[in-house]
Amino acid sequence: MTADTPSSSGAASAVASANVAAQPRPLGPWRQAGRTLVRNRAAMVALATLVLVTLLCLFAPFYAHDIAHVDPFTSNVAGSIVLDGHEADIMQPNDNPLHLGLSPIGPTGHAAYLLGADSQGRDVAARLFYGGRNSLLISASAAVLCLILAACAGIAAGFFGGLVDTILSRLMDIMWAVPVYLFAISLSIVTVSQGLKLGPFVIEADNLLIPIVIIALVYVPYAARPIRGRVLALRQAEFVTAARCLGVPRWRIVLFDILPNVMTTLVVLGPLLMALALLAESALSFLSIGVQAPAASWGTIIQDGEGLIYTRPMVAVAPGLAIVIVVLALNILGDGLRDALDVRDAARRSA
Amino acid sequence: MQIVNHTLFHAALKTAFAGAYLLGLSVFQTVALAAPIGEQPMQVATHRGGTLNLTAQSSGGTLDPQVAYISLTKQIETPVYDTLLTYPKFSGPGVQPVAANLVEQVPHPEDGGLTYRFTLRPGIYFSNGQELTVEDVAASFRRLFKVGSPTAGPYYSHIIGADACLKDPVHCTLSGGIETNATTRSITFHLTSPDPEFLERLAWGHSAIVPAATPPHDMGNTAPPGTGPYRVVAYDPTQQLLLERNPYFREWSHDTQPAGYADHIHLVFGLEPESEVTAIENGQYDWMYEDVPLDRLGEVGSRYVSQVQLYTLLLYYYAALNTTLPPFDNLKARQALNYAVNRHAMVIYHGGSAVALPACQLLPQGAPGYEPSCAYTKGASPDHPLPKWQAPDLETARQLVHESGTAGQKVTIVAPLDGRYGSMAMELRSTLAAIGYNAVVRSMTQTVQFPYVQNSDNHVQIALTGWQADYPSAASFLQTLFACGSIHPHSDNSLNMSAFCNPAIDARMDQAATLALTDKTASDHAWADVDRALMAQAPSVPLVQIKRVTLLSKRARNVIVTLNDDILLSQLQVQ
Repeated sequence: MTADTPSSSGAASAVASANVAAQPRPLGPWRQAGRTLVRNRAAMVALATLVLVTLLCLFAPFYAHDIAHVDPFTSNVAGSIVLDGHEADIMQPNDNPLHLGLSPIGPTGHAAYLLGADSQGRDVAARLFYGGRNSLLISASAAVLCLILAACAGIAAGFFGGLVDTILSRLMDIMWAVPVYLFAISLSIVTVSQGLKLGPFVIEADNLLIPIVIIALVYVPYAARPIRGRVLALRQAEFVTAARCLGVPRWRIVLFDILPNVMTTLVVLGPLLMALALLAESALSFLSIGVQAPAASWGTIIQDGEGLIYTRPMVAVAPGLAIVIVVLALNILGDGLRDALDVRDAARRSA
Repeated sequence: MQIVNHTLFHAALKTAFAGAYLLGLSVFQTVALAAPIGEQPMQVATHRGGTLNLTAQSSGGTLDPQVAYISLTKQIETPVYDTLLTYPKFSGPGVQPVAANLVEQVPHPEDGGLTYRFTLRPGIYFSNGQELTVEDVAASFRRLFKVGSPTAGPYYSHIIGADACLKDPVHCTLSGGIETNATTRSITFHLTSPDPEFLERLAWGHSAIVPAATPPHDMGNTAPPGTGPYRVVAYDPTQQLLLERNPYFREWSHDTQPAGYADHIHLVFGLEPESEVTAIENGQYDWMYEDVPLDRLGEVGSRYVSQVQLYTLLLYYYAALNTTLPPFDNLKARQALNYAVNRHAMVIYHGGSAVALPACQLLPQGAPGYEPSCAYTKGASPDHPLPKWQAPDLETARQLVHESGTAGQKVTIVAPLDGRYGSMAMELRSTLAAIGYNAVVRSMTQTVQFPYVQNSDNHVQIALTGWQADYPSAASFLQTLFACGSIHPHSDNSLNMSAFCNPAIDARMDQAATLALTDKTASDHAWADVDRALMAQAPSVPLVQIKRVTLLSKRARNVIVTLNDDILLSQLQVQ
């Protein structure tokens, strides 16, 4: 799956195809990895959890409008709901002689306000599902974008070497030297206050592209380094040397010999990066510099619940739990993928 | 003994006045509301001595009384410094107007309000042992300009020579503005034009009297000597501030600067409000500067009833509508938002009706000139206002938006990041959406937001902000926030955030202010008329007026709250 991966441009392809015709066709590396992954129970449970959470979040509009009958984006502190035939205020007076303070309604056990209300009288459950859509979308997109950027940077640095490598590596060293959250917060503060103007294009401050791009950028060095290391090794591989000797253009070597061989690294990094991106997104949104109100993400819901931690802990606990579950699932899945795609491990197993 | 008698007297007044309030005599109701909940001070035996332990999240910066503009510093320095006049240090009837403090009596204006004559009390000493003289008074007023006091221009520019001082502070002499006579102990102020609020401004903290030798620059962490019952002995803005008794202090007027009870007042910085509440509940501190956080209100209201102080401030929150930008350059659009806002929701965001009141006019309850009137509520109109807010009127609001032709326009609300502001901003956004606008909220830290929304270059359509007057007066709300003279284009210091300018209403404001020189009651009525006239033009949306919820320790006694000075720290007794 690594250096011995068949090269599509290799000169020995004719010999290889003759051998294949004579013997029963072995499983391809991806299919082999797939089988290994399916046999990994923990990874499968993690995958199922992720699918379930994603589906729940996708059905957020259906839940809010057709089941709970609430608007999760409109303040409703002065509103009321009917529970068991009785009308109940969303914000309920605290039971004290001085009549100080009000608390949002707690978990009702009914479809409406299943997990209670937040400080603005909005349905926490509905916001949790809507928030999940944004959190998952941002983290997944940021992970993909980060991998694309990291692959470009890592392959360019590793394959071309010399000045290109020096510049890219030092640039990544600098980025690495800045604490990732500090870096993300600095970029967010600038873009959230002003939006982003790229020539004729204006990205508004509340556009999800802003947290996606920022999170992707700050994690590029973390993904680009292992890719560069892998490419440095591949550059010396026999099939790459053979292709060079045959005069295959460099872009073709990169595209058809190098890239397929770093794909496993990228796939293994994917879930781990998504988990990191989810945490970063939550942190930025908690600090009001990620997803902008009235849109929700798990981070913004935790921020909403911060002021209610003594009276309505569910507002902060529910999104916190969702983050823990998804991050855990992504890490377990990442481990599973690494086990499945690790050639040395696969070789040991086949031996 | 004298102290005990005074305390009992004022407590009795306070109790009697609370009864008057219930009967509907609400002019001074803020002070009536200040009557301590729980134990009555008149039942408490006087106790002198001990250390009063206070806590605040952070310090207020400089201690220079002529420069500091943070309410924490003002509250801490109330028993350290004195002004010529002051607001009485007791609750109940008579808390307004100002009373004589360092001077023998409040003068009547002469020459049509151009001259004020004072006689300095004898036998008052600074905390360094030096006797207070008329030269200290004159030098303090000159220093006020030299140190660039934030209110030197707005409050004291009527004094002859002030213009020159503002232009060239270093060589400020106030020549012709202040005359003193050391033999007769007289001080005479000459003004360029009548200032109806000159006496109130002499009670404002920036006119504190300090020794003539005090350096003419911001003293920062070093507090100059004062004449009050305490003096600052240690200050580290990152850690603590310590006051001890001023050994040279002899009480000259219990009503204006009473002697303190605790031997030391120790203020520690650094705790979060949540931790402050817990620390006070555990008896580690006696008072916290910050309000009790919303999520702890239920807890303190049920378990610490006798330790809670609840009192109204002249502070309200409002949304300033930029009258020079669409859609709020259209009167109907401004009125629509006023009709649509759910002020009950705003009250809920601040902790409920025990803690906040719906604000429906531009003068807060308790301010001079306040006459209840709500033009924008269900069943009311600017021509036929109701006495108080009832409910939002979305139908009328939508109709007005339709008539204004502004429906569908994008509106940006610029609000501070702070939690309560955030909730109010989101409520406003929902309201704007409900009446047909495309509204978004832009949040920024409060220190950035306040100057940002004042600058016309930033084209802010709606600024969510709050305003608390330095001293109780109608002008400090209406003139400061809505007069043409308060507009300073392209400046971060343009308090008329609505950029509202109506020369006819301006003239009525001047008339109401001038009337105060001769007839205070007529002046108050005139201000109430101005309030209604302004609301008819709806330059802003008043949202909510709040009360302060303070938690005190179990051992803190003799709580006296005044309209101008909040809780008098010097009067707290600790065992």
